[in-house]
Amino acid sequence: METPATTEVLAGWGGTAPSAAGVVRPTSVDELAGALDDPPERGVIARGLGRCYGDEAQNAGGRVVDTTAVSGIVDLDLRQGVCTAAAGTSLEDLMRWLVPLGWFVPVTPGTRFVTVGGAIANDIHGKNHHKGGSWCNHVSALTLRLPGGDTVRVTPDSDPDLFWATAGGLGLTGIILDATFDLHPIETSRLLVDTDRTPDLDATLALMDESDDEYPYSVAWIDLMKTGAGMGRSILGRGAFAPLDALPAKDRTPGRARAFSPSTRATFPPLAPNGLINPLTVTAFNELWYRKAPKRRRGELQTITTFFHPLDMVERWNRVYGPVGFLQWQFVVPFGEEQTLRRIISALCDEGCTSFLAVLKRFGAANPGPLSFPLPGWTLALDIPAGPSSLARLIDRLDDEVVAAGGRLYLAKDSRVRPELLEAMYPRLDEWRAVRARVDPDGVLRSDLARRLGL
Amino acid sequence: MRDAVGGVQSVLVLGGTSEIALATVRRMVDQGCRTVLLAARNPDDCLAAAAAVREAGATTVDTLAFDALDTASHGTVIDEAFTRHGDLDVVLLAFGVLGDQAEFEADPAKAVAAVQVNYVGAVSAGLHVARNLRRQGHGTLVVLSSVAGERVRKTNFVYGSSKAGLDGFAQGLGDSLVGTGASVLVVRPGFVHTRMTEGMEPAPLSTTPEVVAEAVTDGLAKGQAVVWAPAPLRLVMSGLRHLPRPLWRKASERG
Repeated sequence: METPATTEVLAGWGGTAPSAAGVVRPTSVDELAGALDDPPERGVIARGLGRCYGDEAQNAGGRVVDTTAVSGIVDLDLRQGVCTAAAGTSLEDLMRWLVPLGWFVPVTPGTRFVTVGGAIANDIHGKNHHKGGSWCNHVSALTLRLPGGDTVRVTPDSDPDLFWATAGGLGLTGIILDATFDLHPIETSRLLVDTDRTPDLDATLALMDESDDEYPYSVAWIDLMKTGAGMGRSILGRGAFAPLDALPAKDRTPGRARAFSPSTRATFPPLAPNGLINPLTVTAFNELWYRKAPKRRRGELQTITTFFHPLDMVERWNRVYGPVGFLQWQFVVPFGEEQTLRRIISALCDEGCTSFLAVLKRFGAANPGPLSFPLPGWTLALDIPAGPSSLARLIDRLDDEVVAAGGRLYLAKDSRVRPELLEAMYPRLDEWRAVRARVDPDGVLRSDLARRLGL
Repeated sequence: MRDAVGGVQSVLVLGGTSEIALATVRRMVDQGCRTVLLAARNPDDCLAAAAAVREAGATTVDTLAFDALDTASHGTVIDEAFTRHGDLDVVLLAFGVLGDQAEFEADPAKAVAAVQVNYVGAVSAGLHVARNLRRQGHGTLVVLSSVAGERVRKTNFVYGSSKAGLDGFAQGLGDSLVGTGASVLVVRPGFVHTRMTEGMEPAPLSTTPEVVAEAVTDGLAKGQAVVWAPAPLRLVMSGLRHLPRPLWRKASERG
């Protein structure tokens, strides 16, 4: 170890279950690779921008490698649209550099503040999953430092087991040093967005089934505070990158057409009390949000930030939940299990689950990653204040429904699932464990999540 | 590891026959805790509780010998507890003796023995636990203090002062652990109906082990440093704390 470690208390974005570790901050690829050498007794895990909600990127009593200073594009093919970037490169930086050149990242989640390494370790998905799959579908190669001291270049052909075990592998197969991935060509940095307001769940699902495939990007915001006849009412936002001629004439110069300069408008102060998010405030917020959306609007021009990353406009928005923090619960159930989806939504609505901005999305095909989350079906993600509540019990019960329907939870968001459900959710867990045993026989790569779930 | 809704996966009880501790463990197991270690002077005294905990759903249940008075053995016993079944999310420091004030005054050696358990033993065990939690990078030491230590009464000042010392120790230890991932939760129950208090006249706001247990698990979930059981005691005591001495003497004449 060349870089000295400082003891820091780390938590995920939800701010729950913090733990302390020796944090190292390598500033070069060599140092990043060296961070796996001489591992402490309690192991090593890499951490990017800390946007996983739970305890995936923390390692109590061990070493945490902050990769964010190992950032930058290593190689760029602007003709083919292929980029190689260091593991700590954020999607935000990639967008700042590439959007003006006419290229977009292949997948973006609801925040730009994730790293290339984190994108692989969680096999992140976004609004284009139904068409384009998840992040690792677009990765052609990655460089991985293994605990034994080897650095290997892994492609889906060279070592498919290791490649796909690393895709969604929670950082537990090695430290990712860099990755090569495809880019998506764009003419402008704006999107043409169609908005539809649906009165209930049936209408929401029907509309998504019927016409999602006409759009590369699609997601529904669903109001979980609305009970009764309007249960499942949603605002669908679907769109595609705008062609140059869709912009007003004055914006068609290359500088303007592909301008991308996102800024945060505010930082949430660290003053929010526990309980600010309560049934009253959330019902009011959701009602307002629903009403301000047009019933039907076609072809509205929106920026990348407005369409993909609205929450990024408020830095540290997670503070709104107060010191007790919050958790996100995201599950997927296969197509054909709409009744399960309905039962779960109905149970959440009845409980008054105080979730604003719950998100519903139709997934497309799965990829070969044994721990990759998406599978063809419906995924719902919602935020819940943490701390003691009856909701914990409800969610526990709903986990069983998800499992019974052949679904699963997204581990990047998890901070509370019962470990005994994991094998049912990820039936190929043993395959993944076998790869892990091969590349990390001594169990050097460890995280709080791995301990909690007995991975 | 702890989860986001306050659930813990593993707990060690020092003083594994304490009714408050066992009520707390039951609650934790109910919320998903699977590893329970019960430590007592005579581990056989914990066998019935161990069986009940296993029945309730814990999968790894173990008992071990721990003598609060034998401080020289604390390091080995506690280190062993921390390695036997992996990480410990919570350690409940629950041993203690109430004793009888009149007896203490008649035989000061008995008072010394009680203070050795309640304070000296707790300081020793607490420090060994803290060292392990610090190494582990997470976990909470839950210390069963008492309102009797908040303002010591003439009718049980030996017990009360041992708890006052323990309470101060636990708060200071908690402050010293900030930034290490480990923490301390100080629990201040009022009069609790248990074997310990059997036959005594209950004080106002008397409570049950289950109420204390709920205060502990809620306090853990919220990451609190101090909890009172029942909660209104906090207000009551903040008033009584500032009562002039003559009035306090008068007010604390009962039991």
